[in-house]
Amino acid sequence: MSNIEIKNFNMYYTNFHALKNININIAEKRVTAIIGPSGCGKSSLLRSINRINDTVDGVHTSGEINISGKNIYNIEVNVGILRRNVGMVFQRPNPFPISIYENVAFGLKVNRIYSNKNVIDDVIEKSLKAVLLWNHVKDKLRKSALSLTLEQQQRLCIARVIAVAPSIILLDEPCSSLDPIATQKIEELIMQLSNKYTIVLVTHNMQQAARISRSTAFMFLGKLIEFDDTEKIFTNPSIKETEDYVSGRFG
Amino acid sequence: MKKTKNTIIEIIIFMCGTLSVIFVVSIFIFLLKESLGFFREYNILKFITGRNWYPDSNEPSFGIFPMVIGSFLVTFGACIIAVPIGVMAALYISEIAPKYVHDILKFLVELMATIPSVVIGLIGMCTIVPFVKNFFNIPTGLTAFSGSIMLAFMVMPTIVTISEDAIHSVPWKYREGALALGATKWQAIRRIVLKEARPGIIAAIMLGIGRLIGETMAVMMITGNSASIPKSIFSPVRTMTATIAAEMGEVVKCDIHYKALFAVGLVLFIITFIVNFIADFFLGKNK
Ligand SMILES: Nc1ncnc2c1ncn2[C@@H]1O[C@H](COP(=O)(O)OP(=O)(O)OP(=O)(O)O)[C@@H](O)[C@H]1O
Ligand SMILES: [Mg+2]
Repeated sequence: MSNIEIKNFNMYYTNFHALKNININIAEKRVTAIIGPSGCGKSSLLRSINRINDTVDGVHTSGEINISGKNIYNIEVNVGILRRNVGMVFQRPNPFPISIYENVAFGLKVNRIYSNKNVIDDVIEKSLKAVLLWNHVKDKLRKSALSLTLEQQQRLCIARVIAVAPSIILLDEPCSSLDPIATQKIEELIMQLSNKYTIVLVTHNMQQAARISRSTAFMFLGKLIEFDDTEKIFTNPSIKETEDYVSGRFG
Repeated sequence: MKKTKNTIIEIIIFMCGTLSVIFVVSIFIFLLKESLGFFREYNILKFITGRNWYPDSNEPSFGIFPMVIGSFLVTFGACIIAVPIGVMAALYISEIAPKYVHDILKFLVELMATIPSVVIGLIGMCTIVPFVKNFFNIPTGLTAFSGSIMLAFMVMPTIVTISEDAIHSVPWKYREGALALGATKWQAIRRIVLKEARPGIIAAIMLGIGRLIGETMAVMMITGNSASIPKSIFSPVRTMTATIAAEMGEVVKCDIHYKALFAVGLVLFIITFIVNFIADFFLGKNK
């Protein structure tokens, strides 16, 4: 089980109320897209699900985010374990400035998941295969990750998340710095991964949401306006703002 | 109008730049000329490896080996003290301290850099020297160790400021990526941030060393000025700079002793040049 149930969730940057009473139930093992105009709070919501927003000064929250039935904002929750279970891929590929191998091994090492080198090598190979990067990099694992193309770097960032065996993967506009061909390839990868992982995808690109997600949430000014099957959102939304947005009338 | 103003300013800047290069080169040539005069009269090997510095005896000897050791001992000791503390302080200032503490500390560190070294030397003489003497129960507190402690204070601002810049310039996205994989803040710092900032930190240390080796007044006041090979860090030592400063006023111009001091200067010049060169290399790598 790895569904995400968000209940009466509010988030503030100091005094600014960025997320207003969000309620949403994200089902497991499928792609759920979050769309909405710039500044509406998509990233803020996503970054609340792995609590990476805790690192921003002045952030405070109320309400619940339950993953597999447990509220991740409970005080006894270990954020390290939470973040291992809820991986995140950022807008701009951010591989560490170390070798390709070390990038994927990083999560395994800091979480002390495995210590046996053969096992680690094995996980690294599997993770790189899962993102279809293995054949390309298997002979240059010791090269700097920054020597890869942007698309490959983004794949590597996904691989390093997969390596620590999460059940949820959060992607914040993962294709926005890629060209159309690379975008298509990453989209294919995301769809494949949704067989095994619960995926939440923030995107500016409505075609992308329509192409690869099963459910779509539309946000506006810090509120969740509508959440439904992707097809319904794009063909027959119930709320006028959603319709205006998906038909390109604003945003 | 604006254009001519710009051209004039450019010309002035160009002249200043050229002048400073000319100054450095002529200083080097001057040092070289006097030193070569010295080496014609005194064997260069004996100069570098000689263990005695008796410039005024009938059969004068000019061995700088004890001073080189003295300089390195004091500098090395200062590094052992200043590098870990300085880098930790830089880490604290840039990664842990809240914003207002960060601002206050940065200001204080920069202020610390402006204290003239004689003043630090004077304070060290009244505080560190008696402390070392009593604490270790040794005949004199004027030792290499006291010099190292004091130089550590002097070099700390350089190391803290430049390391802090290097740590601060590591992009936030790396820390975020590491934290998002379940790393603790400390793991992110140790495994990624410090690794990425390493060239800058090495440059900071090298610039610090360059400053330490060239430091004169403070060490002269505190290290006891004994030109023999130190037995331990608790012996009095004399550095190259201290030798030049102490004896320059007494020598007869163009005498061999006078030229010998220039040869010492040349050695210092070469050492600091190399150290700064290494620092530049790492600073360039950081960019
Ligand atoms: N660190 C922060 N401090 C203060 N306000 C912030 C911070 N980060 C975001 N905000 C504000 O919160 C609101 C939501 O921002 P968020 O980044 O979640 O929007 P977004 O939907 O992801 O936008 P975009 O599509 O441009 O990425 C915006 O008004 C933004 O200005
Ligand atoms: Mg965003």
